[in-house]
Amino acid sequence: MSRYLLRRLLIAIPSLLGISVVLFTVLALAPGDPFEELATNPNVPAEVRANLRVKFGLDDPVAVRYVRWFSAMMQGDWGFSFASRIDVDTLILQRLPVTLFVIGSSQLLALLIALPVGVYAATRPYSLFDQIANTLAFIGFSLPTFFTGILFILFFSIYLDWLPFVYRADISATGWRWYWEHLRQAIMPIAVLGLFQGASWTRYVRSAVLDVIRLDYVTTARAKGLGERVVVVKHVVRNALIPVVTLVALQMPAIFGGAIVTEQIFRVPGIGSLLISAILANDTPVIMAVTFVFSCLVILCNLLADMLYGWLDPRISYR
Amino acid sequence: MSERKLRDLIAEVKRGCVSRRRFIQTMVGLGLTAPLASQMLTYSGVAQAQPKSTYKPTKRGGGGALKCLWWQGATLLNPHFAVGTKDQEGSRIFYEPLAGWDHEGNLVPMLAAEAPSLQNGGLSRDGLSVTWKLKKNVQWHDGKPFTADDVVFNWEYAADPATASVWIGSYKDVKAEKLDSHTVKVTFPKPTPYWADAFVGTRGMIIPKHLFEAYKGGKSRDAPANLKPVGTGPYKFTDFKPGDMVRGEINTAYHEPNRPYFDSIEMKGGGDAVSAARAVLQTGEFDYAWNIQVEDEILLRMEKGGKGRAEITPGGNIEHMQLNSTDPWTEVDGERASVKTKHPILSDTAVRRALGMLVDRASVQEHIYGRTGVATANFLNNPERFRSKNTKWEFNVDKAAQTLEAAGWKRGPDGIRVKDGKKLKFVFQTSINAPRQKTQAIVKQACQKAGIDLELKAVTSAVFFSSDVANPDTYPKFYCDLQMYTTTMTQPDPELFMDQFCSWQASTKENKWQGRNITRWKSDDYDKAYRAAEGELDPVKRAALFIRMNELAVEDQAVIPVVYRPRVAAISSKLQAPLSGWDNDFWNLRDWYRDA
Repeated sequence: MSRYLLRRLLIAIPSLLGISVVLFTVLALAPGDPFEELATNPNVPAEVRANLRVKFGLDDPVAVRYVRWFSAMMQGDWGFSFASRIDVDTLILQRLPVTLFVIGSSQLLALLIALPVGVYAATRPYSLFDQIANTLAFIGFSLPTFFTGILFILFFSIYLDWLPFVYRADISATGWRWYWEHLRQAIMPIAVLGLFQGASWTRYVRSAVLDVIRLDYVTTARAKGLGERVVVVKHVVRNALIPVVTLVALQMPAIFGGAIVTEQIFRVPGIGSLLISAILANDTPVIMAVTFVFSCLVILCNLLADMLYGWLDPRISYR
Repeated sequence: MSERKLRDLIAEVKRGCVSRRRFIQTMVGLGLTAPLASQMLTYSGVAQAQPKSTYKPTKRGGGGALKCLWWQGATLLNPHFAVGTKDQEGSRIFYEPLAGWDHEGNLVPMLAAEAPSLQNGGLSRDGLSVTWKLKKNVQWHDGKPFTADDVVFNWEYAADPATASVWIGSYKDVKAEKLDSHTVKVTFPKPTPYWADAFVGTRGMIIPKHLFEAYKGGKSRDAPANLKPVGTGPYKFTDFKPGDMVRGEINTAYHEPNRPYFDSIEMKGGGDAVSAARAVLQTGEFDYAWNIQVEDEILLRMEKGGKGRAEITPGGNIEHMQLNSTDPWTEVDGERASVKTKHPILSDTAVRRALGMLVDRASVQEHIYGRTGVATANFLNNPERFRSKNTKWEFNVDKAAQTLEAAGWKRGPDGIRVKDGKKLKFVFQTSINAPRQKTQAIVKQACQKAGIDLELKAVTSAVFFSSDVANPDTYPKFYCDLQMYTTTMTQPDPELFMDQFCSWQASTKENKWQGRNITRWKSDDYDKAYRAAEGELDPVKRAALFIRMNELAVEDQAVIPVVYRPRVAAISSKLQAPLSGWDNDFWNLRDWYRDA
């Protein structure tokens, strides 16, 4: 097991290296200049911009810049943002807790909806409950998050005036009020992400459970006189979950992507909004670091999915 | 307006026949900036009206939190690196300049005890120096006293090229010296008519010597105070998350009595303009939102809720159409639109004049921009009441058609006019932005009626406004017949602004399209007037030259001004915030308060 893990981690290194090369080249080839604003501002003499470019090493060939970036990265130096001149790791660490909280809660919400609804619908296929759940799931994953986000804002914030729609990471309240304020402002972004994700997962859970529930061993279990609860939870769901786990794990990074839009709409100061503003400002070190973090997440989530397989299905062994 | 008329007008202001305000508005109407007009008066010996503060609260603090929304969050808090407005505003919460500009272009002392003038001896007659008297008993947020050393240090800091201050242009040629602990003399290498540049407004925010001294030059990035500003302003720094949030708390030792009113301030960033306007005007979650670029129709609907208002502040931004003077379709020495060529059709004055008559500015204002875009004939801003008599605009399709007819452009079988085998056909480009596409459509319709075929082109903003040398679709390259965008005037002195019609500024391959003259328009008269203005010490003569330049460019239709775009901010109904189009939104943050 641990040898397998080690091998997988070692394999991840060349893939990350390849990803970083591709990212760096694409960014270097893309149009734009972090000091764009200096160029278009007539107050600023051209030398200032030229000086900055030399100082930050932007005029060197791509290969040289890549090697410099890579060796610094190896020593744990992520570079600093051209826009704010702050170290990139500080920037990311500042944003990470908010992203983890919002994404984590929305995933939890999605699972809390998808699992019970999917399983219940599959045990009673084509019942009224199943029909309704199906319809809602279709609606849920057909509506993109930016649309539901704005819809939520218009309804809950502007029409009803219940919830704030600007997310503030630091709320100057203490005790219960602090939790209450946080909850109030987080409800909408979490709901938007969670419902979207939950809707598509419901469909997967339902079909996975339907596949399993018809198998002979389930009939055997029922014939043995086991209660319906035990049959479903211990025999059906555990086996049905295997494909679902892969899906959840593999979709994790995509959710970070979906959160970029949601973060922008609700002004959630997470990694996604950091990436957007960095892209708009052509802030290469930040774009590099954030996309690199995302690619690490993809690889890690893949690994996590594989590890979970073994736990769910003991027949799978790691060599 | 000639120099003599200007002098007469100033004399009338002196005698009191014309109000100071009226004079400044007239000058603004002629295409000058309010600060320049105000300096003209100061120089001519008209005492500056003590700008009255409308601040009412009688005690410091007690106002609760002031919540401001910027749809682009501040990314750094050192004013010397603040190239973007968002960063300047973030810094302005904590730092102050010696003086700021109010909405009428008056110099309002901040860290200075008084605005320099000829009367108080602050200005020298020869225009070679200005002496600033600093306010006494001003403290930095950490308790250290503010002195002339700090001011001189700011000059050293900004003038050092290794620091890479974005304001180096204002500091590198001047010299600042300390006369005594609270007097600083700024000397200029040559007579300088526009002296209120260094240490004033956005580029003048003063940072403390004792915290930045060790980080001058190449080490400027490492200063801890870059992220934790210690200034003299009404609010003290508490917290900063780049791109997201700037927070401050009341400075109880602030050097103005009874100020500030609010106990804390926060400036939240991110999102988009429409929802920022909503947060102030509809839900009231925030008190202030900056730069609300939203269609007026939507703004009006939001304002109906009564929670806030859209405040419109005149500045110097103009949405205009440029006519290419060179041929964008022929390549000469590896570049299109080379200054060596002439536009085959647009070089015909009749065509330029006809195009000028085909832009229906009234409809553009009425149907697209509303209060946020006012029809204008001047390249520089122009409130309707004070429109220059010399530059007029009209919308007249028939007259345009007649002009073309008379110049020999006859309609072909397809309705498009032809002359000498050349068809009246243009490509008209702008950036992707709903109001701009609507304006394009309005112009195209009128042109079609007059027999001109316009091909519309929309380029994504990221490309259009970039300075990418490799991309043919950027605005500085102007590989097109016509183009339209807003040019912003951020500096109070028009000298830098007006260089965009000087022949030596032509945007070419040689200067990597960094030249500011995008239309490549060329006029010897203009060049001469500009050169004369550069060295002209007498502000009145200088103003007359600038007015002349504006007329030259507009009359020859180098550009067709469309609408003048004031700054729009959303303010909650109770908040009182003095804004100015010639300085940052936070220029007078100390006077912000909420009506009871």
